[in-house]
Amino acid sequence: MSTRENILGRVRDALKRKVSPQDTASIDAHIAAHPLGMQPLRDWEPELRFRARAEALASTVEKVASLQSVPGAVARYLVVNNLPTGGICWPSLRKLDWIGAGLGMEDRPARGDDLVGVTGCFCAVAETGTLMFLSGPDTPAAASLLPETHIAIVEAARIVPFMEDAWALLRAERGSLPRAVNFVSGPSRTADIEQTVTMGAHGPYRVHIILVG
Amino acid sequence: MELRSNEFKARAAANLGNEKLQKGLGLIKVKAVVNRANAVAEFGDFETLREAGKEIRNRALADLDLYLERFEREATARGAVVHWAENASEACRIVVDIAKQNGVKTAAKSKSMVSEEVGLNDALIEAGIEPIETDLGEYILQINDAEPPSHIVMPVIHKTAEDVADLFHAKHGTPRKTDPAALTREAREILRPKFLSADMGVSGANFLIAETGSTLIVTNEGNGRLCTTLPRLHVAITGIEKVVATLEDVSTLLRLLPRSATGQAITNYVSLHTGPKRLEETDGPQQFHIVLVDNGRSKLLAGEMREMLRCIRCGACMNHCPVYQAVGGHAYGWVYPGPMGNILTPSYVGLENAVALPNAATMCNQCGVVCPVKIPLPDLMRKLREEQMVRGLKPWTERAGLALWGWAAQRPALYALGTRIAVRFMKWLGGSEKLIHRLPLASGWSDGRDFPAPAGRTFRELYKERRT
Repeated sequence: MSTRENILGRVRDALKRKVSPQDTASIDAHIAAHPLGMQPLRDWEPELRFRARAEALASTVEKVASLQSVPGAVARYLVVNNLPTGGICWPSLRKLDWIGAGLGMEDRPARGDDLVGVTGCFCAVAETGTLMFLSGPDTPAAASLLPETHIAIVEAARIVPFMEDAWALLRAERGSLPRAVNFVSGPSRTADIEQTVTMGAHGPYRVHIILVG
Repeated sequence: MELRSNEFKARAAANLGNEKLQKGLGLIKVKAVVNRANAVAEFGDFETLREAGKEIRNRALADLDLYLERFEREATARGAVVHWAENASEACRIVVDIAKQNGVKTAAKSKSMVSEEVGLNDALIEAGIEPIETDLGEYILQINDAEPPSHIVMPVIHKTAEDVADLFHAKHGTPRKTDPAALTREAREILRPKFLSADMGVSGANFLIAETGSTLIVTNEGNGRLCTTLPRLHVAITGIEKVVATLEDVSTLLRLLPRSATGQAITNYVSLHTGPKRLEETDGPQQFHIVLVDNGRSKLLAGEMREMLRCIRCGACMNHCPVYQAVGGHAYGWVYPGPMGNILTPSYVGLENAVALPNAATMCNQCGVVCPVKIPLPDLMRKLREEQMVRGLKPWTERAGLALWGWAAQRPALYALGTRIAVRFMKWLGGSEKLIHRLPLASGWSDGRDFPAPAGRTFRELYKERRT
């Protein structure tokens, strides 16, 4: 017998049963129903909660009226913080007028020495101030990870209350999971040395969120 | 990882006198414990959440075979390759084979306790493949001659910034610096090119999701994301018990895990991986392998220790354990320290190889109270102690003492006489201070503190007096 059969056989022995189709039906039904678990009390408005949580996790947040205003906002943020005014962006953002805002944004895969990465996001989770990213040809995962500064564009209308709502949105809009789903809550950090929190462990040192809408 | 659990007493004694270790352990009480308490209070009804977490894990374990099969089916359908490993050597062989078949020279690793459990780094090195630990703590340990971690979440809790400063100065040949931020930056700059050139990424999995065939990892540093995004191969190695049913189930568990581990409402990064790189994607691994390791877990499912399989590896039990807080993780002599290790180590390596561990507890139940999935850790330790008695694994002095007590306790008159003599003798020993400075047969206890002397009469005497 194979290792697989041995392990599953021992698990079945431990559970004292032989598999019947009915057993499989019970777990399949649970998965198909995917009932909601416990969520914290919701006594907040999603956008306000999202902002407060994201800022508590050391992200910075600003809001602009429309997508057209985004390049200008990105430029202001980079200049004010004395950061390079060029970098990479998701291919899905290539049509924004970066040049008009004085920025050199390349819609190519991120490299190890890129300093600024601009991305969109799939949606945001208010409970924890979290951004949700789906990998894909136009939304590569490395763009939000390799650069020292990550700027994320979030449609305010796509702030959902809980992670479970994000799954519901994903099921409704995509049907299945992409290769990678990344939830990001602020700049990369570590507390490995003397439990002292330090930003910029391996990922971005700073995350700037631009809400649109 | 080399097993040294039977040296617990000697190593614990040495650690009590280790000032640097004590400094690190002291920080647990003022940071990890306080941060968790704040996060729990902020959440609100954490008790109900713990109950929900327990139910989710129990549900998965009650149908573990079916959930594993469903997980395998979903993962395979999305292009992942699922491997099954009976034990540590099989797990290592599988990973080494994958590496060799693909001409892998270097493997970037994010933190995985299962990889420590099976000794993966040694196996990779033996096969001529260079493993690179990329979690800051694990990296510090690796360049310090592959020192073992002393905590499952904070692996270098036993080191000070000064220690790390000396180590980086010696190993990197850079100017010595002690600021944690500067040390972190130095490690980042050394590791970044290694991420970019690594052929293979190795990660663990905090959870496996049956619904979607995904592995899930939680990290703060982002190294887990780099390991699973940049190299052309990704191998996730984890235990068979990590499976849960749905994305909703894992969302509930994600409210418990970081709060219990570090007091965070969520870790910086939560990443789910489902199959390898898709058509036209510019990043992601071309191959995604998932290694499901048994290594004693199915045996645990069959026995009295089954509840231990609910464990989600947060480390709250050790953070709150007065024994762990005093002796540190290395004393436990294997991968899993603290109360969880008191159960897991004897279960996985044999009770005879970890005799001291089920006894390395005060039974105060701090661990049971904070466990996010309500594992009754002291109860499980008590069961292991019973098994030790049955199998004759307790030291002869303890067995003889208990036999003597049992013999006397079955003879009430003799017992009453014995205790009357004993309390009077101990009162006399205590003198006017009413403190006993040295206890016969228990000098180890009284060396560091005084024993309050009894008042001179037994409970039965006092009780009789009150009744009449």
